Amino acid sequence: MNEPEENAGRIEVRVPMSGVFYRSPAPDQPPYVEVGDVVKKKQVLGLLETMKVFQKIKSPSNGTIVEIVPNNETALKDNDLVFVLEKG
Amino acid sequence: MFSKILVANRGEIAHRIIRACRELGIRSVAIYSEADRDSLHLALADEQVCIGPPVSTKSYLNMEGIIDAARRTGVGAIHPGYGYLAENAAFARACEKAGIVFIGPTPDNLHLAGDKLTAKRIVQEKGVPVIPSSPSGVGSVAEAERIAEEMGYPVMVKASGGGGGRGIRMCQDRDMLLEEFPIARMEARAGFGNDEVYIEKYIVHPRHIEFQILADRHSHVTHLGDRECTIQRRYQKLIEESPSPTITTDLRKVMGDAAVHVAKAVNYVNAGTVEFLLDGDGHFYFMEINARIQVEHPVTELTTGIDLVKEQIRLASGGELDYSFDGIQRRGWAIECRINAEDPDRNFLPSPGKIESYRPPGGFGVRLDTHLYQGYELPVFYDSLIAKLISYDLTRDGAIRIMRRALQEFRVAPIKTTIPLHLKIMDDSSFQRGDFDTGFIERFVPDEDDDE
Repeated sequence: MNEPEENAGRIEVRVPMSGVFYRSPAPDQPPYVEVGDVVKKKQVLGLLETMKVFQKIKSPSNGTIVEIVPNNETALKDNDLVFVLEKG
Repeated sequence: MFSKILVANRGEIAHRIIRACRELGIRSVAIYSEADRDSLHLALADEQVCIGPPVSTKSYLNMEGIIDAARRTGVGAIHPGYGYLAENAAFARACEKAGIVFIGPTPDNLHLAGDKLTAKRIVQEKGVPVIPSSPSGVGSVAEAERIAEEMGYPVMVKASGGGGGRGIRMCQDRDMLLEEFPIARMEARAGFGNDEVYIEKYIVHPRHIEFQILADRHSHVTHLGDRECTIQRRYQKLIEESPSPTITTDLRKVMGDAAVHVAKAVNYVNAGTVEFLLDGDGHFYFMEINARIQVEHPVTELTTGIDLVKEQIRLASGGELDYSFDGIQRRGWAIECRINAEDPDRNFLPSPGKIESYRPPGGFGVRLDTHLYQGYELPVFYDSLIAKLISYDLTRDGAIRIMRRALQEFRVAPIKTTIPLHLKIMDDSSFQRGDFDTGFIERFVPDEDDDE
């Protein structure tokens, strides 16, 4: 994933290429994370499907999920913002 | 013979089928998703029907929508191509119920080919060797873990309904299994609409040899020779050729007979492929039946002179198979390079985008099956295969030289493709000697790590 942009403890997670965003490993399973969750560095936050290849979207740092920008199954463009974390 | 066929696919294989229809004097109906409005297969077909939104599960996997389109356009048959609904028994049954011919194997054939474990059991009972695997689908990570421990690592997690190398994950150890298992299921569901997976023992560095099968509805079965598909990356074939540079005439005869034996044992109908692994000691193991036209079918077409797609259509309409491998004049050598929109320098990540510059190769001994054109925007929703470049000559060396020249001519920019990788392989002395196994590609790509 792209280098996070930091701004007073706020970390943005963006996608490295266009693709379809998934919040959970399967439609019948709970999302990887919800707003308010405390996450660890390298924890899987979601999946990005580009041309049938799935990439894990991982947390760049320890922190708390502040915002999940796109809905599940949204088609994203290169560098779109997906998660906002508060460093902690 | 049919007067109109619906082509339930997109990309290069849609072109391939539409072209066969045109040559046979059959009208063609193209289907497309909202993301494919600018796709070239729409222009080649006689009629076009929009089938749904971009996501495959709502368009190219939308059975009801496709059957409905077939009814509305009054087609006699549906050709599913490869992938999507090609090996979906429920779809083949739905076609049957709607009075539309499914151009491919019977629903029972598809069911069995999709049920790889039962297929293995039947084949094993007929005395053909098979690879050890879990006796049935594996429903949980805990169960996967237990089976893998018993079998011993490395193991593979494979989609029961899969094919085309998707939904397969190799796991070196327990940690990998725990992480990869759910993703294998996700890929299985996304690709095939069925998330059942099973565990199979991983045979280290084998060669992958397969036999093309044709069978009519009157119990005639033949094979059309072998294809060597050993050069793969992550179970995705990159280069295929026919004949195999490694198997002897005697082994070809034994394996070809085994392939026909397998097809007969399951009452196979239409075109299919019997896949084997060949280990370093010359032992072969049945792997699976691919109950569809395969991506690499052109190398068989060029060396046998038989148009497999036209044969599929002819056999589906009740035609008889009146020739066998021994009777056809197999001649020369054919090599196929799969050109993918992937970046070999970035761990083969997909490379979607707009094709700003496009210059296709041509000339003697070159066949190019592609849906690309200048200005085409590659959608993110579908496969990264953008072209199949096939070379043909009387000798393997000649086919390699033609392939190298054609790859040098081929320009697709600014997206990244596997063209530079194929050029390196054509220049490799082991490849030129025909001396390779499924680990061959590791020499050309950096250590794989998809965790970044």
